[in-house]
Amino acid sequence: MKKTLPGLLFALTTLMAAMPASAELTPKREELDNGVVLLTSEQRALPMISIELLIDAGSRYDGGGQEGLANLAARLLTYGTKRRSALQISDALDFIGASLSTGCSENLASVSMTILKKDLSTGLALLAEVLTQSTFPQEEIERQKQSIVASLKAREEEPGDIAERRFAAALFPNSPYGRPVEGIESSVRAISQKGLREFYERYYRPNRTIMAVVGDVTAEEIAGALNQAFSSWKKGEPGGEPLVPSATGAPTLIRVSKELTQANIIMGHEGVTRGNPDYYAIQVMNNILGGGGFSSRVVDSIRNERGLAYSVYTNFNADKSHGTFQFVMQTKNDSAREAMRIAREEIERIRREPVSEQELNDAKDYLTGSFPLRLDTNRKVANFLAQVEFFQLGLDYPDRYGDFIRKVTREDVLRVAKRYLQPEKLITVVVGNQNKIGE
Amino acid sequence: MRRIFLTSISVLLSLTFGAGPAHATSVREIVLDNGLKVLLLEDHKSPAVTFQVWYRVGSRNEKDGKSGLAHFLEHMMFKGTPKTKPEEYSRIIAKNGGRSNAFTTTDVTVYFATMSRDKIAIQLELEAERMTQALLAETYFEPEKNVIQEERRLRTEDNPVSALAEVANAVAYTVHPYRRPVIGWMEDIQNLTRQDMVDYYRTYYAPNNAFIVVTGDFSTEEILPKIKAAYGKIPRGPEPPKVRVQEPAQKGERRVILKKEAELPFLLMFYHAPNLNDPDNFALDVLTVVLAGGRSSRLYHDLVYQKRLTRGVDADYSSVSIDPSGLSISAQLMPGKEPAEVEREIDRLLDKVKADLIAERELEKAKNQIEAGFIFAQDSIFGQAMKVGYYEATGGWERMNSYFDGIRSVTREDIRRVARQYLDRDRRTVGTLIPTKEKAL
Repeated sequence: MKKTLPGLLFALTTLMAAMPASAELTPKREELDNGVVLLTSEQRALPMISIELLIDAGSRYDGGGQEGLANLAARLLTYGTKRRSALQISDALDFIGASLSTGCSENLASVSMTILKKDLSTGLALLAEVLTQSTFPQEEIERQKQSIVASLKAREEEPGDIAERRFAAALFPNSPYGRPVEGIESSVRAISQKGLREFYERYYRPNRTIMAVVGDVTAEEIAGALNQAFSSWKKGEPGGEPLVPSATGAPTLIRVSKELTQANIIMGHEGVTRGNPDYYAIQVMNNILGGGGFSSRVVDSIRNERGLAYSVYTNFNADKSHGTFQFVMQTKNDSAREAMRIAREEIERIRREPVSEQELNDAKDYLTGSFPLRLDTNRKVANFLAQVEFFQLGLDYPDRYGDFIRKVTREDVLRVAKRYLQPEKLITVVVGNQNKIGE
Repeated sequence: MRRIFLTSISVLLSLTFGAGPAHATSVREIVLDNGLKVLLLEDHKSPAVTFQVWYRVGSRNEKDGKSGLAHFLEHMMFKGTPKTKPEEYSRIIAKNGGRSNAFTTTDVTVYFATMSRDKIAIQLELEAERMTQALLAETYFEPEKNVIQEERRLRTEDNPVSALAEVANAVAYTVHPYRRPVIGWMEDIQNLTRQDMVDYYRTYYAPNNAFIVVTGDFSTEEILPKIKAAYGKIPRGPEPPKVRVQEPAQKGERRVILKKEAELPFLLMFYHAPNLNDPDNFALDVLTVVLAGGRSSRLYHDLVYQKRLTRGVDADYSSVSIDPSGLSISAQLMPGKEPAEVEREIDRLLDKVKADLIAERELEKAKNQIEAGFIFAQDSIFGQAMKVGYYEATGGWERMNSYFDGIRSVTREDIRRVARQYLDRDRRTVGTLIPTKEKAL
């Protein structure tokens, strides 16, 4: 019943994939009276509006023994305000066919809303309510705690997810980036209503918030409506720069035994931050190695030539504070060792020999050419604008992206491969039937 | 990515909620002399064009022992033509800034790319080439077979919920080919031969058994001559054989249990229901939303929120299938809950919909959700193309035009009537995943 999505290989290789270099986005930026940074892009084609908020209220603020606090706070935003119960909120949203969802990562909480234009004022009122008047009712806290504990259990039957968590824990020990955002059962149970309310009061503040609004509304209209709807939202302590992990884990092999037909493999190590000056050269290099879908080397050698895997890719995920490099694949237990050997060979090869002129040009052409096409919905534009602000890339980023990529040379690719791919540091996680995988 | 498949029970919710008149009226239809239908829908809100070739063949057209053939062929279509080297298709599209892929369902096999307006002709021509000139070379057949078996392991063998859906599907249908998984049974995939594939390709890949959908930032005047030049010269093929199998009416509930290493039980109920050829499809769409559309829906509010029996709950109904499919309800249980208890509660809730009229406001809410969902879905040109394609494949794209009228005309009495008629325990299959905790080796 799970919807099958086309995504395994194209699972975004970068946080910042692409966006139109076109004038049509015409993004605007302004700071509202209460400190919210507002990004807007007027798109009149459809009578709808997509809103994305990023709030400096991620799990890095959890505190010891309270792991899962930020996530629980984000989940509870839509479960009770001073004016409405959880059911009244969901009924109001469903009645206008709107969606309002919340999420949480290590650095940021997020709130996403999609709404018809005619319902904008209803939608903004609801949004303002959950951001300024959430009450965290005890009954709802208990309900969400149960739900989180159940989801932690459910994740144990997803081998890729298990591998991901073990990898993060090994790479970033004693760091928020190495822990599940959800926390663990005992820490979730320890969270109190008081703790949640304090967290909300402290971190859900306008001067810690980026808001992108894309759709059938002008910048002036939306700024006016927001200044009104959010007039009671007062500034708090300003946001901070995300913590840089203090240390990364030593290379190791982690085996997890599960009765599976495939070994789920992640090999990887520390990557780079989004602000690293080599970021774009790394994107080109990774596109050639394993980020470029069917055009990449690892798909050629592991999938096409040897038939060892359906899904195989590499990525460099770059956040403000930290980054990872991962080589990800699934192959039948018997082939795990062979696949891992080839993975290492591919990593070694791109560190040893310059890529061909054609590989370089194809990768650059793909990255620059697909850039404007990837932002093809209001939702994607909203997410993009919010990220541009978070990473402080500047609103002219779409115009500059092409140049960043075009100036990458074969020498750059070799240099960054040598520097940022570190086979001696690989942390390898293998989830599967260990008897069949063998030593 | 390339070569995804969709199970037949699993349903494209966005499509179900999708169709409507706003844009459908601006679809332009042209039929070439060789029978190839072309459906064009201009939309200039973003600088991208989606170009799709739909073949009217899927796992529905397979024979026993040959399951997975349509999907395997889809993979092999990337292995070259006399002019294009193996895997070069994907490279050409990528270096021109495009993204390409393909998927197979019970009913159709679809190839697509999204590119900029000045590049889309590249894909248009590559697709024309492989419509009849794919090499399907022996050299690549066995390695690709291994890839597909890995795909099956990933999606089904090691995924308890997919494995349950597969076996429930195999029980819900007795004779109709929808009983077989789109990806094929493992042994069948193993036994497929290149000759099977060549025969299948020659039988089903022809302009008169395909259609093209283009959406996005293109100009009809510009693209139509290119389509005619590339595809007009491909000769019409013989009419492919029709699938005439009809699933006999189910008389009595069927139950299936899957025991597998998992953490939480999962419950799935599948009720046979008509497709868009039956006017009841509109009421079934609305009923599905009343049951599980949003947190305030009946099943969600009761099972997930109030009683905390399940982690979530889905209700899926797809009218866009060539043969009648069904309405399914599925849920992963909360720890410590029993499938029987959840089943009783779902039955109680369904009995209420059959016994009493839903509230006026509930009906209005469901219709609002469908209408808003329709507008949101248009935000994506790919989504628009999918909608046009599914309608064309199953009942004709023109059906989209009457969708909203159909939804608007649904009454509370209709909801009660279709609930009584189709949510009938004698016409359902109940599948239960029972987690086992074998100690891994």
